[in-house]
Amino acid sequence: MKYLDEYRDPAAVARLAEAIRRVVRRPWTLMEICGGQTHTILKSGLPDLLPPEITLLHGPGCPVCVTPVELIDRAIAIAARPEVIFTSFGDMLRVPGTARSLFSAKAEGADVRIVYSPLDAVKLARANPDRQVVFFAVGFETTAPANAMAVWQAAREGLRNFSVLVAHVLVPPAIEAILSAADCRVNGFLAAGHVCTVMGYQEYEPIAVRYRVPIVVTGFEPVDLLEGIRMVVEQLESGRATVENQYSRSVRREGNRPAQQRITEVFEVANRKWRGIGEIPQSGLRLREAYRAFDAESKFALGSIQSAEAGECIAGLILQGKRKPYECAAFGLRCTPESPLGAPMVSSEGACAAYFAYARR
Amino acid sequence: MNLVCPTPFLNEERVLLAHGGGGRLTHQLIERIFLPAFRNPALEAMHDGAVVEVNGAQLAFTTDSYVVRPLFFPGGDIGDLAVNGTVNDLAMCGARPLCLSAGFILEEGLPLETLRRVVDSMRRAAACAGVSLVTGDTKVVDKGKGDGMFINTAGIGVVEALHPIGPAAVQPGDAIIVSGPVGAHGVAVLSVREGLEFEAAIVSDTAPLWAPVEALFKAGLEVHCLRDLTRGGLATSLNEIAAGCPAGMRLEEALIPVEEAVSGACEMLGLDPLYVANEGRFAAFVPAAQAGQALEILRALPVCAGAARIGEVVEDTRGRVVLRSRIGGNRVLDMLSGEQLPRIC
Repeated sequence: MKYLDEYRDPAAVARLAEAIRRVVRRPWTLMEICGGQTHTILKSGLPDLLPPEITLLHGPGCPVCVTPVELIDRAIAIAARPEVIFTSFGDMLRVPGTARSLFSAKAEGADVRIVYSPLDAVKLARANPDRQVVFFAVGFETTAPANAMAVWQAAREGLRNFSVLVAHVLVPPAIEAILSAADCRVNGFLAAGHVCTVMGYQEYEPIAVRYRVPIVVTGFEPVDLLEGIRMVVEQLESGRATVENQYSRSVRREGNRPAQQRITEVFEVANRKWRGIGEIPQSGLRLREAYRAFDAESKFALGSIQSAEAGECIAGLILQGKRKPYECAAFGLRCTPESPLGAPMVSSEGACAAYFAYARR
Repeated sequence: MNLVCPTPFLNEERVLLAHGGGGRLTHQLIERIFLPAFRNPALEAMHDGAVVEVNGAQLAFTTDSYVVRPLFFPGGDIGDLAVNGTVNDLAMCGARPLCLSAGFILEEGLPLETLRRVVDSMRRAAACAGVSLVTGDTKVVDKGKGDGMFINTAGIGVVEALHPIGPAAVQPGDAIIVSGPVGAHGVAVLSVREGLEFEAAIVSDTAPLWAPVEALFKAGLEVHCLRDLTRGGLATSLNEIAAGCPAGMRLEEALIPVEEAVSGACEMLGLDPLYVANEGRFAAFVPAAQAGQALEILRALPVCAGAARIGEVVEDTRGRVVLRSRIGGNRVLDMLSGEQLPRIC
């Protein structure tokens, strides 16, 4: 398939793997930010091709994994209301809340529907004026423009039966949180290509300087990842620490300006809690005052909901690259995709799910 | 930074849609609820259908229910699916399909024209597969209690395989053959259900599969196992076989046929075609020395024109299916966990 086959080409992969072997002298630990990249790495068996000096850690870039348990409990409470059609990307439905998931709420009678775009949720609201349509607005900067667009469009049409439950998070503050931890072992980052397609990479430049860490904006196919790894390793071996762009077929330094404008029109930066990690200042988005009427949390009086996390899951350590999934005592035994202890085992971008599906030994 | 993390054990005490997905949850339901209740040798073979001996004759017997939504999709409808699905389960037992029953659960308000179209399609599918529909049942449920119509079919066939067919007969050294490109049925159904449009039309692969199986038998090939690649797709079917045989499997990703339009749609939707349902595709396990002949025989039939040898049975990955990726890395190809698409057959 055009635009894909050339990035999965075995000959190109072999050349890049050889180039990495030639340039690497010392052990380096790299972190890929995005869960989509983690899955490509494991699905294509990339670790088999890398020299032993290189360790890959898997970052926090799984939006489903970092959505706080309180918010999932709130989603379930909203979905359970008879007037509500609760819409979401499929991935969110299996993520465990305190007692159950959106899928089990559906089994108990809640009207929960999978949509492929937030604009489909707006369409549903238009078609069902007597119901309240709620969209679970989850994701990093990648999904923010479409979610902002949905709210903007609903506002323009005066749709009063549409709202969003916002759980948006931002990559750069998470990178800073990882780098400023005392026990951080990450030497270089593969930044998430799709996030940067929207946002560009100017905001990563001060991070590279401040923490003296190479950051390479990287795509999602095997050739992209190997090339990104090669570029980071070359910087590390030559003592440089700058932002470079491997994914130039999609990413420009300034990003997609119209998409950014739509985001800033609808959302503002706010503190966010990350599941398993805790609150990171200025690391998320919330609706601006002018769009508060579309905020599902204020629209539905939910009262207080008691949320709780269980003990055994180490998702916080996994999401920060401090442990590998197989280093968890519950992995594959008490924690499987059918009965997950934590979100990284459920999500299609979760590191534990990737190891369970592709790399169980 | 606070590092406590997620979530209590989800002790699911209700049926979820994923229990019907054909993957690991379906298997849990079978192993924890159905098997303990009904345990007997024919059931425990855990094949697509049961083989029972009646007065010295080996009969294959199977049943399947069809709840596909929408009722009509590119390349087929619930009617031909209901005939082909049961015919194929018999064929996978190495049995010539003889006769079927059909049970209709109709929703109040269903246009009779819709029923006529479905029944006509069943008539044509039965004629094509060489089976008779010999008995049936009709029930009507209140409006809103059924999705237009559900169909159950059961079928009887007579075993013509000369050797036992099933996971237990699979041997290291066997070649694994898939009868054509995978993933088209599931994507075709999803495309109409979700109103997705692709540049190239993707058409369901629904088809009866006794003819190719019979052709393999007639050539005297030693077929060790057959499995149609329905819910859970190629990956799940091969895992089911791997779990029941004393060996493992190695596949070459680059050899597995997937139509370009299907792989494009899967890329867009985030699906893996190896887990997408098929309704007219099967995997055959034959000794490596007979693989070339088997491919020649299959490729001569239009329904198997795209047949390909995709891997082999090996001793070293016991119980596991390992896939060598296009770029040369190895990974486990696991059974489908929950579901990729709800209700596609």
